Amino acid sequence: MSVVQLKPQSPGETSLIARAEGAGELSKPRREALDTLRRDGLPNRRVEAWHYTDLKQLLGTRTEVAPSHVVGGSDLLAPLLPNSHVIEIGTDAQPTMGVSVLRGERLPDWQEPVNHLDRDVDTIRMVNVALGTVTSEIVVAAGDTAEAPIELRATPEAGGRQPYVVCSVGAGAEVTIVERVSRTGGLSASVADLTVGDEAKVLWIVDQEKADDETHLGQLNITVGRGAQLTVVFLNAGGALVRQEIHTRTAGEDAEIRIRGVNLLKAGQHVDVTTTLHHTVENTRATEILRNVVTGGRGVFQGMIKVAPGAQKTDARLACNSLLLSDDGEFSAKPELEIFADDVQCGHGATAGEINADHLFYLMSRGIPAAEARALLIKAFVAEVVEEIEDAAVVEALEARIDRWLEANR
Amino acid sequence: MLEIKNLHARVADTETEILRGLDLTVQDGEVAAIMGPNGSGKSTLSYIIAGREDYEVTDGDILYNGQSILEMDPAERAALGVFLAFQYPLEIPGVATMTFLKSALNAQRKARGEAELTTPDFMRRVKGSAAELKIDMDMLKRPLNVGFSGGEKKRAEILQMALLEPKLCVMDETDSGLDIDALKIVADGVNALRGPDRSFLVITHYQRLLDYIVPDTVHVLYKGRIIKSGDKSLALTLENEGYAQVIGEAA
Repeated sequence: MSVVQLKPQSPGETSLIARAEGAGELSKPRREALDTLRRDGLPNRRVEAWHYTDLKQLLGTRTEVAPSHVVGGSDLLAPLLPNSHVIEIGTDAQPTMGVSVLRGERLPDWQEPVNHLDRDVDTIRMVNVALGTVTSEIVVAAGDTAEAPIELRATPEAGGRQPYVVCSVGAGAEVTIVERVSRTGGLSASVADLTVGDEAKVLWIVDQEKADDETHLGQLNITVGRGAQLTVVFLNAGGALVRQEIHTRTAGEDAEIRIRGVNLLKAGQHVDVTTTLHHTVENTRATEILRNVVTGGRGVFQGMIKVAPGAQKTDARLACNSLLLSDDGEFSAKPELEIFADDVQCGHGATAGEINADHLFYLMSRGIPAAEARALLIKAFVAEVVEEIEDAAVVEALEARIDRWLEANR
Repeated sequence: MLEIKNLHARVADTETEILRGLDLTVQDGEVAAIMGPNGSGKSTLSYIIAGREDYEVTDGDILYNGQSILEMDPAERAALGVFLAFQYPLEIPGVATMTFLKSALNAQRKARGEAELTTPDFMRRVKGSAAELKIDMDMLKRPLNVGFSGGEKKRAEILQMALLEPKLCVMDETDSGLDIDALKIVADGVNALRGPDRSFLVITHYQRLLDYIVPDTVHVLYKGRIIKSGDKSLALTLENEGYAQVIGEAA
């Protein structure tokens, strides 16, 4: 006779499983995900992909998936970019010119890990499915330029289901998409799968501003076609526990990828950004720059560059720059290179420092008081990566969010 | 305006003494030139007047309009009217030039209890000063000093000086790196600001600048002390004879 000895559950796992079970009759895929969660639990730090973010221990009991009462829909907050077309994920949305939006039935495939350093299932996708998924399928027609930016929102609902977006941008199309991660009353686990067609141009913005006691697990998987230009800009300005994954894969030559991220950290936060730049074909380029302002808490960056056999002339670079403003804050950066081609340029660099004393003196010598001069320099440090974006409205909107955080956390 | 008494100062990190009993008085409206060989302490003097933290004053005092400024931070000194034109103005990526100018102007006004400038009023002042210094407004749309040539940086310093209307202007080798045309523009900008209640401390290696900004007094700084003072003819003597003669006399 054998007894299956289940691993002891952490408070986070117990709480998460209880949430997932809470919704009555479960669909088959959801039950499977939940069974796996029950059996294997959440990854701890012995799982390489989660080494710096021990989800099993860190999750705690902040797993409330929906507010006790449902708060309203689109009037929750103004869109990040003016004139945006707002889509509540999983609802029937109004179409807009060049863009079709359907409520979908597809679920994230979680049985294969996106990050090969995860276990044999994908953690974020599994949590998304276990909690119940609401899906939107978005198609930007080939050759079209969306008339307005699209803002994706996961509206808190009583069922606490989690957003999944499948987005396909046709060849030669252009679109700006904002993923708005706002307060939902607790845990959110969102997944987006984006396909950027040949010669298409996509700007994808993640604006994460959850409340101080909330958890966010986000995953963005992107396939980038021939000659396509992808820019991802993310802002992490909230949340107690945050894991944002971004995984890109090149599918055609001359694909060009830019990832720019700003992490604003204060005491009590744990924010992890884990990315993969996977180059599978010849002649593709990627640059990724993170700027971190650390007034407390803990930040993590795991940046992987993978170059497949034959993906010659790949040019991929990572930079992770941290401004450490307190002895109590820390930032860990782990670059990883896995290169199976011999004619490539790949690089990574990480810096950590304080405010430049010469710059501070220069500003103060013009009469700008110390606190204001420091604020200007902190803003400058992060604004540099935001200001690279060609769209002035996007720059303005992101800087306003950054200003708001800096103002509140002086 | 400025009275420096027996000033001793050293580099805070290494405790290397740079100023060794410096005495200097600058009257209201006076243009005083400081000359001296390399390593005599000229730049250090300018930084200490502006309030840079890397230096430690071990003895003596700096009085500005009769008030000691040693305990004040650089911003407080600036609000009182002290201005340093840097030898090497810093490039600060990410800080827009116009934002910087407006912050500085309004911070000083606020410290003096004056109302902040409205944006149109601010723009009008900037445009006026920029035109006089032949500064293209497009240049001011860039981040602070980023991508400016050496001459553009120096002109931008004078633009800041013109906008902030300081009372004591310390100019640290403003002529270095300037061609003759740029030098004339900068000198014209400075001369336009001369007045009975504004004093200048012009630090330079060469007499050339003093052809354009004619000083009332000239002081020779050597090994951290003023070893000789005179009128503008002293600068010409130095140009012809070098520092050796003066240093020899003082020894």
